[in-house]
Amino acid sequence: MAYPPAAHSSPPRQPSVKVILAAADVSRVVDRIAHQILEKTQGAADTVLLGIPTRGVPLAHRLADRISTFEDVTVPVGVLDITLYRDDLRRHATRAVGPTDLPPGGIDGKRVILVDDVLFSGRTVRAALDALSDVGRPASVQLAVLVDRGHRQLPIRADYVGKNIPTALAENVKVTLAETDGTDEVRLYGGSL
Amino acid sequence: MIRHLLSGADLDAGTATLVLDTAAEMATVAGREVKKLPALRGRTVVNLFYEDSTRTRISFEAAAKRLSADVINFSAKGSSVAKGESLKDTALTLQAMGADAVVVRHPASGAPHRLAEWVDGSVVNAGDGTHEHPTQALLDAYTMRSRLGRLDGLHVAIVGDVLHSRVARSNVLLLSTLGAKVTLVGPPTLIPVDIAAALAPGTDVCYDLDAVLPDVDVVMMLRVQRERMGDSYFPSAREYARRYGLDGPRMRRLPGHAIVMHPGPMNRGMEITPEVADSPRSTIVEQVANGVSVRMAVLYLLLGGNNR
Repeated sequence: MAYPPAAHSSPPRQPSVKVILAAADVSRVVDRIAHQILEKTQGAADTVLLGIPTRGVPLAHRLADRISTFEDVTVPVGVLDITLYRDDLRRHATRAVGPTDLPPGGIDGKRVILVDDVLFSGRTVRAALDALSDVGRPASVQLAVLVDRGHRQLPIRADYVGKNIPTALAENVKVTLAETDGTDEVRLYGGSL
Repeated sequence: MIRHLLSGADLDAGTATLVLDTAAEMATVAGREVKKLPALRGRTVVNLFYEDSTRTRISFEAAAKRLSADVINFSAKGSSVAKGESLKDTALTLQAMGADAVVVRHPASGAPHRLAEWVDGSVVNAGDGTHEHPTQALLDAYTMRSRLGRLDGLHVAIVGDVLHSRVARSNVLLLSTLGAKVTLVGPPTLIPVDIAAALAPGTDVCYDLDAVLPDVDVVMMLRVQRERMGDSYFPSAREYARRYGLDGPRMRRLPGHAIVMHPGPMNRGMEITPEVADSPRSTIVEQVANGVSVRMAVLYLLLGGNNR
């Protein structure tokens, strides 16, 4: 990827775009996380995958799908909407509330793995932990993310990371998935040079 | 999102559907062990009730508390209002106390609209005079949608004292926005001339309950207020019950899927017989439960974000 020529006069610069993971890379990364989950959880027994909307949900389904392919075990998948638990509700116009959908067996006493696309400040995960404690009492909670871009603002870390991407704060990581956006890709949008 | 909810006409189809969808998510909280959401922590909701109302006030109180808001109940009896304080002075007092939302019930039509001009917070109309009661219309629409699966194309009969009914007015406005067809049924003395054209074109008026029953998906019975019975709108309570009361034989002439609604409190034996009120078609108890979910949705959508 070529950087745009450094310009000293005022016209706004085009932000640079860099593809970090292409479709094949995304699929390999999801496979690896599925293997790591199986390894770390002794075959994914008593485990529930909970996707955080929007893109955590298709990722959770893919992980469950890969796990059943590799080891022939069915891991229940659910959705955990965190809208009402966000700490920035008052900074934006009212956000629409999405569905929370727990698997029929519930989450009490289970190992819950939260799934999201990008781990950044950690605030989404904080909200998810609060939401989780209101819907049940899991035995333990783990976190799987496709991308960790750093810049944590809370003491939170992921148990399974697809790809660590060192970023500057001004940069922006965008994950697209076939289910929600048509293609699998992870892109890094550069800030100023 | 809108800032106040004063009328059933404040909501366009998209916003009304958003309220109903949000209410469906809020309803799942009622089934959880921890019936509490943190969305309105630190916000203050004042229930300002100038008329006696148990169920609406309790419903708003439960809704605000489930969203973690602080609730202050202010009833006119035994308060500064009894000493002659005006609505405006009361409003300014609430303003000074930092109310983020005022839920107001008032015997004068239009009082919430005036209040909305005086306070910075959101105003929710919980019933004003013989004018409107928009959250009741929302919970009725929610109940119909959850029982019958849709609102678009439904035929709803609203039966009884339409003249004095804020529930009827808000329902006509909201249901027509959402694509349902409404027929107003009652004695000619209790249905204002031209009300259909004034509220929503496409609304029908019929003075014969038996004629509309075979054709409706929903029958909504309105309460006959005892204080109206002496005002000679109809000859006697017994004649009213015979012509416009919903009893077992009339209920059996409804289509198989049709539901019976009532905003409560009921006069059993007057507009509705116990057989109908306690039948599986009746949604009267559901309406109360749905009221909390719908009011949670309204409070969240008005107060949850930064909508200034």
